[in-house]
Amino acid sequence: MKAIDQIIQKAQATIPIDLQIRGAHLYQKVKRAALPSARSPVFIERKIPDVADVALADIDVSNPFLFRQGQWQSYFQRLRDEAPVHYQPHSVFGPFWSVTRYEDILAVDKDHERFSAEPFIVLGDAPEGLSVEMFIAMDPPKHDIQRQAVQGVVAPKNLKEMEGLIRQRVQDVLDHLPVDQPFDWVERVSVELTARMLATLLDFPYELRHKLVYWSDLAAASPETTGGSADMDETFVAVADMARHFTALWHDKAARSAAGEAPGYDLITLLQMSESTQDLVERPMEFLGNLALLIVGGNDTTRNSMTGGVLALNRYPDQFAKLKADPKLIPNMVSEIIRWQTPLAYMRRVAKHDTMLNGQFIRKGDKVVMWYVSGNRDERQFEHANDFIIDRENARNHMSFGFGVHRCMGNRLAELQLRILWEELLTRFDDIRVLSEPEIVQSNFVRGYTKMMVQLTRKQAT
Amino acid sequence: MSRIFFITHDGESHEAALADGQSLMHIATRNGVPGIDGDCGGVCACGTCHVIVDSAWTHAIQAINSEEAQMLSMTPERQANSRLACQIKVSSAMDGFTVHLPEFQM
Repeated sequence: MKAIDQIIQKAQATIPIDLQIRGAHLYQKVKRAALPSARSPVFIERKIPDVADVALADIDVSNPFLFRQGQWQSYFQRLRDEAPVHYQPHSVFGPFWSVTRYEDILAVDKDHERFSAEPFIVLGDAPEGLSVEMFIAMDPPKHDIQRQAVQGVVAPKNLKEMEGLIRQRVQDVLDHLPVDQPFDWVERVSVELTARMLATLLDFPYELRHKLVYWSDLAAASPETTGGSADMDETFVAVADMARHFTALWHDKAARSAAGEAPGYDLITLLQMSESTQDLVERPMEFLGNLALLIVGGNDTTRNSMTGGVLALNRYPDQFAKLKADPKLIPNMVSEIIRWQTPLAYMRRVAKHDTMLNGQFIRKGDKVVMWYVSGNRDERQFEHANDFIIDRENARNHMSFGFGVHRCMGNRLAELQLRILWEELLTRFDDIRVLSEPEIVQSNFVRGYTKMMVQLTRKQAT
Repeated sequence: MSRIFFITHDGESHEAALADGQSLMHIATRNGVPGIDGDCGGVCACGTCHVIVDSAWTHAIQAINSEEAQMLSMTPERQANSRLACQIKVSSAMDGFTVHLPEFQM
């Protein structure tokens, strides 16, 4: 290790994290004032032309309005058919390759020897001072060690303990919903349920649970990384606040354990009990990164599948009828919802050396984006891939969880939450009618909804 | 008819006809054996066809490779004889081959 790195590490370990974040924020402010090139990109929404009117070489699927404007299906279809490994040299996020067919994505995802997840898994790079470290963006062996330390919190064994609690919370939220009048499904159901789940997993103060959602939303929405609309100053303030809360939570847990309190099954306790992560709080960028990873991982994803499922059943009313006639289809429908929604559109890799991929020459250091959202609609893998079919035979083969060593660790929790939600919905309501087009997040990464007005009809007693 | 046995975590036995040259995962999913998902379709990329090979049968199969070992290292339920069923190719010499299923797939 270089001497300067040792000094930085020492400083990181001794200066409180929230002060470090504030320091980095000040530095950024000065830099942005002095250097126009250091300012965050600003995205102004313009109408995206039909893909037929765009030259193949000019297609840029990093446009953060592609999902909102509903143009993504035709754009990705053209790439899959005409240029399945496609190069875009001039995006706001720099040059990048798009991999859009199921088979090719699977090949890249599996191959961590050729394609590195470091330093970051979204299109753009993190702003200086916020380059937190998380195991989703680490290669083996470091990845494996850090993941193993925390995966127990969402492992099926732990979930079995939590199932009753999750169901109670779902019942509580559903029993308080207005019936026969319009309300916002995103706010009342999707956000509320995921916030409660996150607070439970982290043993975070329950009454402050909406802070977790707020931090997570900002973390995933910076303009330079995903084309989002988060404000840099607001993000820095939020990250400092998050650092302060999590550090306090860590020390509080440690003190309670030292006083002889029985360990819980929450994430912080698990980190403290594992040899490789028991001093994580002294590596602030890793500490923050891994907590941010788990709140983003458990927030945007399940939340938007909770909304996407309702939307899909409204777009395909025959499937809603099929579901009501046979609720045993719920588990398979859950996989189909996750395929149809693909709440995170892609993961990014970097080529570790010169290599070939489906006939294209990729240079060492090139960014390679695996568009799960496209692989999930690849007709080569899924028949009538754009349709929502709740008893689709191979729905479980969807790519939304990724494949290989970075495969989603919370997959079973996501499936459990969605299954319970639909079981409890079907016993209470006869219809969940979407009243208007949902509002869609500005992002090239998160396939999300900010608002969706619905109206419930109560199920008649039979 | 040659047969293969899958013993669930609760001790329930499921049998399937042995199909020479096929992967154990395909035999399980085609015969509706509960508890084996095979989400990635059989390419050692999801870890959802985890089985524990009966100790009487460990000699009968090919050795584990590093890719498979790495996927298995991600499941907290890993045991000494853990394998991914998609990486076990079944042969006609394996009549009676028996595996146990973990309580949960990752």
